[in-house]
Amino acid sequence: MTAVYIVSDNVVSPLGWNTRDNFAALLQGRSGVRQHDRADWTDAPFQASMFDNQALPERFATEVGDDVPWTRFEKMVVLSVTAALRHSSVRLSDPDTVFILSTTKGNIVLLEAGDSSEPGLLLSSPARKVAAFFKNPNTPLVVSHACVSGVASILLAKRLLETGRYRHAVVAGADEVSRFVWSGFQSFQALSDEPCRPFDSRRKGLNLGEGCATMILSVEPEHATSEPVRVLGGALSNDANHISGPSRTGAELSEAINRALDQSDLRAADVDFISAHGTATLYNDEMEAKAFDLAGLGAVPLNSLKGNFGHTLGAAGLIESVLSIQSLRENTVLPTRGFETLGVSRPVKVCAEAVYKPLQICLKTASGFGGCNGAVVFGKGG
Amino acid sequence: MPYINSWCRIRRNIIVANGQTVWEEPGADVSVFLTNAYRRLDIGYPKFYKMDRLSQLGFLAAEMLLHDRFDKQEYPAEAVAVVLANAHSSLDTDVRYQQSMSAIPSPALFVYTLPNIVIGEICIRHQLKGENTFFVFEQYDIPFLNDYINQLLEQNNAQAVIGGWVDIFQDQYEAFLYLVEKKQIPGSIIHNQQTISDLYGIVDAGS
Repeated sequence: MTAVYIVSDNVVSPLGWNTRDNFAALLQGRSGVRQHDRADWTDAPFQASMFDNQALPERFATEVGDDVPWTRFEKMVVLSVTAALRHSSVRLSDPDTVFILSTTKGNIVLLEAGDSSEPGLLLSSPARKVAAFFKNPNTPLVVSHACVSGVASILLAKRLLETGRYRHAVVAGADEVSRFVWSGFQSFQALSDEPCRPFDSRRKGLNLGEGCATMILSVEPEHATSEPVRVLGGALSNDANHISGPSRTGAELSEAINRALDQSDLRAADVDFISAHGTATLYNDEMEAKAFDLAGLGAVPLNSLKGNFGHTLGAAGLIESVLSIQSLRENTVLPTRGFETLGVSRPVKVCAEAVYKPLQICLKTASGFGGCNGAVVFGKGG
Repeated sequence: MPYINSWCRIRRNIIVANGQTVWEEPGADVSVFLTNAYRRLDIGYPKFYKMDRLSQLGFLAAEMLLHDRFDKQEYPAEAVAVVLANAHSSLDTDVRYQQSMSAIPSPALFVYTLPNIVIGEICIRHQLKGENTFFVFEQYDIPFLNDYINQLLEQNNAQAVIGGWVDIFQDQYEAFLYLVEKKQIPGSIIHNQQTISDLYGIVDAGS
């Protein structure tokens, strides 16, 4: 099978404008989550990781210019893709490059104006706009598969490169915090009124977050400017149990993990660390702990980065994968902000502090509404 | 070689499954048409009433697709994939949810503001646990879905795939779902871009 390399990446979040700055912030235990007061949304203050008011437009004006009427969501994507392209010789204008956008809600804030026929609401619209801006000649692909979108997009890119249809893929994942999404999670009583605590005994829900991450994949490792990391394998599965609650057993996520490892010619014992979904809701973290235990991964160090970024939905799989790849390069498992005491029924090894040790293989997982699960394996070296 | 062993198309208030018209109700409102179709086809799955219209549409097409031409016992649950696409994502329900926000937002409605929920509903109904992906295109990209489904089968990411298009926004809707398997049965059609396009065209002419 053709090897697929990650040759460049970027994260744009309230914690920084590139992978390095985000990684450093996480190592210092910093979080983008803070209290917000939005009288137009709700009377009570809430916790979320959001860009400061003028941060995005100012950065965008400096880095890209402001002659095109981009939405706030699109600005995140353009900023992240621009930065990722800067660190690689892969070009979006190359007919051998495909653009993939991972998002759950795209420009949903446009609906607040009350016009449902606004063309920017279609998820293909920002994808087409961004692809055209970078002069990409191919039809962009959009994956909208709840919180598994990011992991599914990475897998899609890998598969498209394996067939030889394309030689490079630029994969961007983005979502913004909107009243629409906030009110929905609030109605589910899924939001914590304090910074979230993944896998912790006192966890009481998630925080929402916003941001964008970009990953450039290629079958040609020479396009990389830093140590290339490979996408070794991956798989998706469905619980076939409930549309808004995870599996009771974790068997289906575990099954996706097993298939991802099989495809990578690896066993559970080969995994050096896990980047979990770890939303800090009672049910998600419990299900994941069961799945890791079933897959024989109970003793493998794991983290959740939701305490730093909040839950960035369609961006989460990409943001967390990019930081995990940086972890492989830096031989450092990042700490799980907000975690103190294990609060799940299976003995999983959640890292409260950073762990420094040689790292080769990382497993990234995600799960979401609709009962979907995803697992992808990253490995160092050629 | 992969084969299309069953297909279903719903549009213009007509449900056609494997060439046979199984239900039609010209002139009815979309929501009424979907609900009446569910009742008349004697499906017996009350959760249908809780679904949004995108899920109802995909659910009905999957029922017609799978009810007599698919034996799920032939496959492990994790070997059956569902790969669907549309143009409007969940916008039909997004608009309803947005309108409800000024009152008390409903979690039962919010969960349907994701397009992949229709895949979840189909998976729950038929106990399918394999690969899932929901794509959003400007228009139905037959070559892309064709290649992707064939690749899933070739690389053994799935042994059978339910693929297709399920789209709804206001009074415009269309579902075209098909079952792709490696085995040949009487009536099998080879799965490739041309046959999918032809089938799509034939159904067009018939409705």
